[in-house]
Amino acid sequence: MEWETVIGLEIHVQLATQSKIFSGAATAYGAPPNTQACAVDLAFPGVLPVLNEAAVRMAVKFGLAVNANVARRSVFARKNYFYPDLPKGYQISQYELPVVEHGTLEVQLGDNQSKTIGITRAHLEEDAGKSLHEDFHGLTGIDLNRAGTPLLEIVSEPDMRSAAEATAYMKKIHTLVRYLEISDGNMQEGSFRCDANVSVRPRGQATFGTRAEIKNLNSFRYIERAINHEIERQIALIEGGGTVIQETRLYDSAADETRPMRSKEQANDYRYFPDPDLLPVEISEDFIEQVRQTLPELPDEKRGRFVYEYGLTPYEAGVLTASRELADFFEATEKTSGGDAKLSANWVTGELLGALNKYGLDVTQSPVTAAMLGGMIRRIADNTISGKLAKQVFEAMWNGEGDADAVIAAKGLTQVTDTAAIEQVIDDVMQQNPEQLAAYRAGKDKLFGFFVGQVMKATQGKANPGQVNDILKKKLSG
Amino acid sequence: MHNKSIVELSLSLRAGTFSCVELTRHLLARIRRLDGRLNSFVTVTDERALAQARAADQRLAKGDAGPLTGIPVAQKDIFCTAGIRTSCGSRMLDNFIAPYDATTVEKFNAAGAVLLGKTNMDEFAMGSSNETSFYGPVRNPWDLAAVPGGSSGGSAAAVAARFAPGATGTDTGGSIRQPAALCGITGIKPTYGRVSRYGMIAFASSLDQGGVLTRSAGDAAAMLGVMAGYDPRDSTSVDRPVPDYTKTLDEPLQGLKIGLPREYFGDGLDSGVAGVIDAALQEYRKLGAEVVDISLPNSALAVPVYYVIAPAECSSNLSRFDGVRFGHRCDKPRDLEDLYKRSRGEGFGAEVKRRIMIGTYVLSAGYYDAYYLKAQKIRRLMSQDFSDAFRKVDVIMGPASPTVAFNIGEKTDDPVTMYLSDIYTIAVNLAGLPGMSIPAGFCAGRPVGLQIIGNYFDEARLLNIAHRYQQVTDWHTRAPAEFGE
Repeated sequence: MEWETVIGLEIHVQLATQSKIFSGAATAYGAPPNTQACAVDLAFPGVLPVLNEAAVRMAVKFGLAVNANVARRSVFARKNYFYPDLPKGYQISQYELPVVEHGTLEVQLGDNQSKTIGITRAHLEEDAGKSLHEDFHGLTGIDLNRAGTPLLEIVSEPDMRSAAEATAYMKKIHTLVRYLEISDGNMQEGSFRCDANVSVRPRGQATFGTRAEIKNLNSFRYIERAINHEIERQIALIEGGGTVIQETRLYDSAADETRPMRSKEQANDYRYFPDPDLLPVEISEDFIEQVRQTLPELPDEKRGRFVYEYGLTPYEAGVLTASRELADFFEATEKTSGGDAKLSANWVTGELLGALNKYGLDVTQSPVTAAMLGGMIRRIADNTISGKLAKQVFEAMWNGEGDADAVIAAKGLTQVTDTAAIEQVIDDVMQQNPEQLAAYRAGKDKLFGFFVGQVMKATQGKANPGQVNDILKKKLSG
Repeated sequence: MHNKSIVELSLSLRAGTFSCVELTRHLLARIRRLDGRLNSFVTVTDERALAQARAADQRLAKGDAGPLTGIPVAQKDIFCTAGIRTSCGSRMLDNFIAPYDATTVEKFNAAGAVLLGKTNMDEFAMGSSNETSFYGPVRNPWDLAAVPGGSSGGSAAAVAARFAPGATGTDTGGSIRQPAALCGITGIKPTYGRVSRYGMIAFASSLDQGGVLTRSAGDAAAMLGVMAGYDPRDSTSVDRPVPDYTKTLDEPLQGLKIGLPREYFGDGLDSGVAGVIDAALQEYRKLGAEVVDISLPNSALAVPVYYVIAPAECSSNLSRFDGVRFGHRCDKPRDLEDLYKRSRGEGFGAEVKRRIMIGTYVLSAGYYDAYYLKAQKIRRLMSQDFSDAFRKVDVIMGPASPTVAFNIGEKTDDPVTMYLSDIYTIAVNLAGLPGMSIPAGFCAGRPVGLQIIGNYFDEARLLNIAHRYQQVTDWHTRAPAEFGE
């Protein structure tokens, strides 16, 4: 039987507000435990929540970016359950009336393929604290620094049909929230987390199969693997005569498998009801218009512009616009290079990204700045250095040896373009290799490369390769 | 000294007839000597009171005094006080010292008032007789066999017994008005949103409202002026200027239209109480008011609707008392579940547990629509009843309680009968309207309260209507025999 996979994602995005969603405590990551939790976060008796307007602004910004309906009136509700890192005994979230509904997002799947994924809703809620099970000798430590941090939970339609599509969608949301500057998207710190609802059905069947929810997918690598495992598990189960039960499963990245959560952990009746401490959120047209004015150029627009304005391929444009910082880096490089877009794109997507990946750095942490890279490309374009020498220059810049001109000067890497000097070297090489010369002249064309190599070796790679080619051809043919 | 009104005390302090330290010492001595009979205070804050009194005397000397500077007050033990235990009448918070002041406490401190102590109350404000307190029942100064009403029973008894000229209270379903009525004093619950709820331990958030208990409407006006106002820390507080309530107390009542809801005078109303209310209405007619019959057709649903919504909210509000961060924690918990179960099982009393269970039930999947949603719909209808009424009349009057104070122990075995003692006050909370109770006479030696209900933010009008009545009657000046001289 041929199976079709159906996937929907719930993505929790931590919003980059200065203070928490319902209190004035700071949201910065990494502070000593419980130093960023005020009386409101600790749920002391008598304290009350006050909604942080910046969080609403960010949710609206997201809503506008995915062409969603921004609710003029949304309501915070209480989700009641007991857990030590949930100080109030309830989480304030949005339930029946979320702030954002009915959006869409276009996801690129291959070079010329794309798919529109529906966004059911996005709602604001507060994060819980953390339970720390290690280091407490059988006891549990509670850190409430994270309690009350604003989250935007983005729920997709079950529109994805493969793990690859799900990953592409997750990456696109990641790109988008960073473009919008509503989240740092830091997955190690938990600023961007994902749960996946996965089911399978015989191809052609209209109704969905029973789904399992996989929790705790906090990297792009894991999500694809976890979903694929889950698909295989469900198909094997059904083909073996079993049935999938609706349950929550945890992905264990170490064992690379999904496991059911204890049923106790999901047998909750959350007893949602509107939070009487908070008024409904009324959003005016003016407010929405104000937020609209702050929308940056979005990834899709930017990608289109890069193709149109710089003549890049859709693939290159896609890579360069995957983050706003990378796109900015490219544009700054292109500008200092004197307008060589193609070469700038090659260097940014090639050498630069390669080096960044190798050292696990973000483009904003690159030791080679856009101005440095652009300056180097200008030296390629004006023939001061060859592309080959440029790799040495890049490496030196990466190692902190100064900008391109300084490296070229210090290492004497200036390209030799003096025709007479090149002719002299070629003459010497021909004289030193009479056998090869004879063989070449007897028709062994392949030896041309040998002569190029000898010339470059003799000039320590500084001879202009184009000139070497031209002159060699003339002289070798006698 | 203890029989003087807040207005008189303020004048005497300014005139130097006596100092605030003398006044405070006098009241603290009274509490020490007499409160053993009443149990109206959970905590008396002698040292702090005297320190505040000395500071007030300095302000008075400098001529930098406001209307409440140097006035001793008591705070219901539901308002958080930095550095002083805030028990909420519960074993759960017997060890709880808040690191902050409630907005209300802050405001009284800033005004230069002197905090005498924290008054006893029904546990977490759940009760109508002050019998659910972990610290034992409060007795009614008019008759020590009787309850003072609740949940602000400690505040009401303390004011009636001349321990303090004024005290704060909170009113979720009648918890200011009913004890004010049963103790023969004046109590006002303002419009929902008029007084900040920040630092006021929540029972039912959409119904809770802070207010004051005093002997006269004039004193209530002075205290409410300090207590009311917008607070950015409470999203449900209303950003609207606070009028000077003392300025309009003497406005004439000529042409005032008083509505009498026929539903408040039917079965269940004690005939003695009805007689006292009739006599009070007669006084109002003499003052130039016109009394007309009105109807609040959904009144009979007030108690059932309230006992869905209030427990629903309290079941969630009280979840934070889990033994993890503050409050009672059971001894040697075996695991997390044991910690929760025993801490809460030991920390909460029977009435609180009953309401948490009711609330959990009505919010549960499958019951939410039938109970909670339905109750919210009826709540809107009840608000509509009041809006319709206020198109025809200026204020609504009736009894604050169907009976006078009942005896301690009389209703503790029958929660539903107990709940019915709030039958005339609850609808006002459901609609968020302001309401008062003022002393209107006695029945079998126990006080009767007249309830006055106003339209939204009509506190000034209510205080004016109460004050004019108190100009022509002396019920509010009567003192219980044991606590008069």
